[in-house]
Amino acid sequence: MTLIKSFTDYIGFTKSGIQTQKISTFGDTEAIGKGRLWSIVSVLSLALVWHMGSKLGLINPIFWPAPSAVWQQFISISQEGYRGFTLWEHIWASLSRILIGFGFGCLLGIPLGFAMGLSEKIRGWFDPIVEFFRPIPPLAFIPLVIIWSGIGERSKILLIFFAALWIMVIAARAGVSSIKLNKIHAAHSLGASKKQILQHVILPNSLPEIFTGMRVAMGVCWGTVVAAELVAANSGVGYMIMVASKFLATDIVVLGVIIVGLIGYSIDILMRKIEAKLVPWKGKS
Amino acid sequence: MSELKASNISMVFDEPNGNRVEALQNVNFSLKQGELLAILGPSGCGKSTLLNIIAGFLAPTAGRVSNGDHTLIHSGPDRGMVFQQGALFEWMTVSENIGFGPKMAGTPAQEIDAIVNDLLDTVGLQDFGDKAVYELSGGMQQRVALARCLANNPDIILMDEPLGALDALTREKMQSLVLKLWKETGKTIILITHSVEEALFLGERLFVMAPRPGRIKKQYNLPFAEAGLTQNPRDIKTSPEFIATREEILSMIWGMEEEIMGNSQAVGA
Ligand SMILES: Nc1ncnc2c1ncn2[C@@H]1O[C@H](COP(=O)(O)OP(=O)(O)OP(=O)(O)O)[C@@H](O)[C@H]1O
Ligand SMILES: [Mg+2]
Repeated sequence: MTLIKSFTDYIGFTKSGIQTQKISTFGDTEAIGKGRLWSIVSVLSLALVWHMGSKLGLINPIFWPAPSAVWQQFISISQEGYRGFTLWEHIWASLSRILIGFGFGCLLGIPLGFAMGLSEKIRGWFDPIVEFFRPIPPLAFIPLVIIWSGIGERSKILLIFFAALWIMVIAARAGVSSIKLNKIHAAHSLGASKKQILQHVILPNSLPEIFTGMRVAMGVCWGTVVAAELVAANSGVGYMIMVASKFLATDIVVLGVIIVGLIGYSIDILMRKIEAKLVPWKGKS
Repeated sequence: MSELKASNISMVFDEPNGNRVEALQNVNFSLKQGELLAILGPSGCGKSTLLNIIAGFLAPTAGRVSNGDHTLIHSGPDRGMVFQQGALFEWMTVSENIGFGPKMAGTPAQEIDAIVNDLLDTVGLQDFGDKAVYELSGGMQQRVALARCLANNPDIILMDEPLGALDALTREKMQSLVLKLWKETGKTIILITHSVEEALFLGERLFVMAPRPGRIKKQYNLPFAEAGLTQNPRDIKTSPEFIATREEILSMIWGMEEEIMGNSQAVGA
C-alpha cells in the first residue's frame, strides 16, 4: 500500500499533499529544447546500427556505403575536391546562392508585406498575385528559369528569391496585423504621430512574426537550392550528389545527403539563436 | 481650472447583420478639474464606448466632449489612457515604456531620465527600470502603465478596468496607489470597474450605468475616496455606511441583470 501511495504521489495523482515540484511538463513550452540526452542516445544508436550493419555485411555497399567509406570521401573531397571544386567550395556555392536569393526576398518581401498590412489599396492590388504564387512550389519554375537564364548562378538565385519572397510578404503582413488595438490607442494617447507609431510600435511588434517567416523561408530556400542543383548546376552540394549518382558512387551521395541535413539543421539552430537574442519577448505578451 | 464636459453623447453601432445597437443614449455630465469619477454597470452597458469617445478613439454619433473651451475630437496627450492589460510595449524596458510619451514629444534624454526616475519612485519600482515588462507581475505591469501615463502629464486620466486582471490583495494595494496618485497629482480621473466595492472606494463621484440603451441610471457623490487618503482602507470598506451603499448598488445592478435576462428570454421565446 505505501508503495502504491508513494508512486501515485510521485506521478502527482494524490489530492492531499502539497506539490512543490512541477510534475508534468507536457505542453510546457519551456520543456521544449529539453530531452537533449535522448537526442544524443538516438544519434549514437543510429550510428551504431549503421556501423554494425556494414561491418557484418548486412548492408550492400552499392545501396548504402559503410561509414568508413563516407568518411574517406569526406577527407578526400575536402582536400582534393570533386568535379573541380573542394567540398567547402561546393557548400559555399549552395550557401551563397541562398544567402543572396533569401536576402533579396527579404528586401522586397518585408516592405511589400508591410505595405499590404498598412494600406487597403496596396493589399487589394497585391493580394491576388501573392495568393496565386504562394502555393506554387518554386521548383515548378525551373524550366522557365533555365530558359531565361541558363543553368548558371542567376537561375538558382532567382528560384531562391521566389521561394523566400512570398513567405516574407505573408510574414510581414501578418506581423503588422498582429498588433493589438490597445497598443495603438495607448501610443496615440501618449502623443505619438502616425510615423512614430509605425516606427516604434508596429515595426517592433511585427518582429517575432518576421523572424518566424525568416526561419521558415530559410528552410524552404535550402531545400530549393539543393533540389535546383540536382536538376541544373555546375557546382553546389546538390550538383555533387547528382553527378555522383550517375557514377553509382553512393558514398559521395550519402556524404552529400548528410551534409545537406547537417547544414539545414545548423541554419535552423542559428536562426533560433538569433531570434532569442533579437526578439526575447516572443510569445510572452 | 478647466472642466471636462460631455454633452448629449449618443452612440449607435450598426452591426453587419443590420441590427442597431444603442450603446449610449444622451449621456450628459461634467467633471471639475481633479474629480475622480468611477463608472459601474453591467457588461455591455457602454462603459468602454463612453471612455473611448472621451479619449478620442471613437467619434460619437451625436454629441460633443469638451475640455474647458475646446472641443475634444482626436485623441491626444492631454488625455492619458490606462488599459486593463496588454498595452505595454514588450520590446521596451520598463524605463523606456515610461519615457515613451516624452520621447515622442522630443524631450531631451536627460530630462526623460529625470522624469522616469521620479515616476519609478512614485510607483515603487525603483529597481525595475531596466527589466523587460514581461518579467514583471501583473500588478507591477499596471504600475508601469500608470507611470507611463503620468509621464506625459495629461489633464485627464482614463482607466478602463485598470485593476480588473489582478488578484484581490494586489488589487487593494493598487487602489491605495491610485488614490495616492490622485491626491498628489490633482488629475481628473475617470475609472471604469466591475467591482462595486472598488467603485465605492475610489469614486468621489460614481455613475451607475444601465444598458439598452446605455445611459447613466444613477449618480452618487461619495465620501469614501477622500477618507481613503488618510484612513485604513479595511476600516472604510467595513463601515456601516459603505456596506449600506454597496448593498443598494448591488441590488440595483442585479435588478438590471434580471431585466436583461428576462428580455432575452422573451426574445428567444
Ligand atoms: N465596434 C462595435 N461595433 C458594434 N457594436 C459595438 C462595438 N463596440 C461596442 N459595441 C456594442 O456596444 C455595447 C456597449 O459596449 P461596451 O464595450 O461599451 O460595453 P462595456 O460596458 O464596456 O462592457 P464590459 O463591461 O463587458 O466591458 C455592447 O452591446 C457592444 O456589443
Ligand atoms: Mg468594457
